[in-house]
Amino acid sequence: MNPRIVFPLLILSTYLISGVVMGAEWSGADDLAMQKIHEITGGEYRPWMRPLWEPPSGEIETFLFSLQSAIGALIIGYFLGYYRGLKKTGG
Amino acid sequence: MHIAEGFLPHPWWEIWFVLAIPVLIYGIHRLKILISDRPELKTMIALAGAFIFVLSSLKIPSVTGSCSHPTGTGLAVVLFGPWITSVLSAIVLLYQALLLAHGGLSTFGANVSSMGIIGPFAGWVVYKIMRKFGIGVFKTVFVVSVISDWFTYIVTSFQLGLAFPSTHGGVLASSGVFLSIFAITQIPLAIIEGLAATALFRYLVQLKPDVADLVKSTRSEVTG
Repeated sequence: MNPRIVFPLLILSTYLISGVVMGAEWSGADDLAMQKIHEITGGEYRPWMRPLWEPPSGEIETFLFSLQSAIGALIIGYFLGYYRGLKKTGG
Repeated sequence: MHIAEGFLPHPWWEIWFVLAIPVLIYGIHRLKILISDRPELKTMIALAGAFIFVLSSLKIPSVTGSCSHPTGTGLAVVLFGPWITSVLSAIVLLYQALLLAHGGLSTFGANVSSMGIIGPFAGWVVYKIMRKFGIGVFKTVFVVSVISDWFTYIVTSFQLGLAFPSTHGGVLASSGVFLSIFAITQIPLAIIEGLAATALFRYLVQLKPDVADLVKSTRSEVTG
């Protein structure tokens, strides 16, 4: 079978299984890892440095993450359009 | 994926800086040479960097019931090689550490090492092997992207395992714990990244057929 069909289907079905059947919480994997550090060290490890600045709220964090995607997408779109224009004018 | 601020104890955070800093310096040197030799590639470098920006900002749910994000480094690896990829990754990691409190400055060395250096180098090795066997460029882009992404998280797991060996079973046991979180979560995301990178690359080749030559060439003049 065409892998272009099989891969997305496979991934989609596993999401359904973990989401619906296992009742997943969809938290960040990095948070889970930090919890594990807590468990492994018996709760003794304290991060020795805090971030210099943290987004004041979840909304602002989401905004800055979106901004990151937007900057990247803008650059990609701009240059794809630029290459397309070059091709059209035979440049 | 990035190790959070302050979450690597002495001496580990220093050790990863010792690896990351010289590679970054050499990467910047290579980037400068590339830009002065082939100024027409500037737009393509920006595009590869932008792809890392987008992909590493997308927190995608995975089959394990948790979320993580791809790295986007594979495309840069096939186009420009791992040295330059390390610089592009470092820019993204700095943005996330400073503005998002995602990753951190003290763990910057470790995060550059995993996402910008060891992951991309693993992809680079696969690239070399696939080119040697004459496998097509699209397949190469897909596999290199998957490997660069997935290896990044394997390295992160070992970085945490080394820093936090478990009392029973030591480094290996504790790396296994972190692998069980990161490596499995990342498999579908790495495949998604591979598909996205291949799709973008396919379109790029349609617009600029010489992009394929960039990948096919041994590129001694570009990446060595």
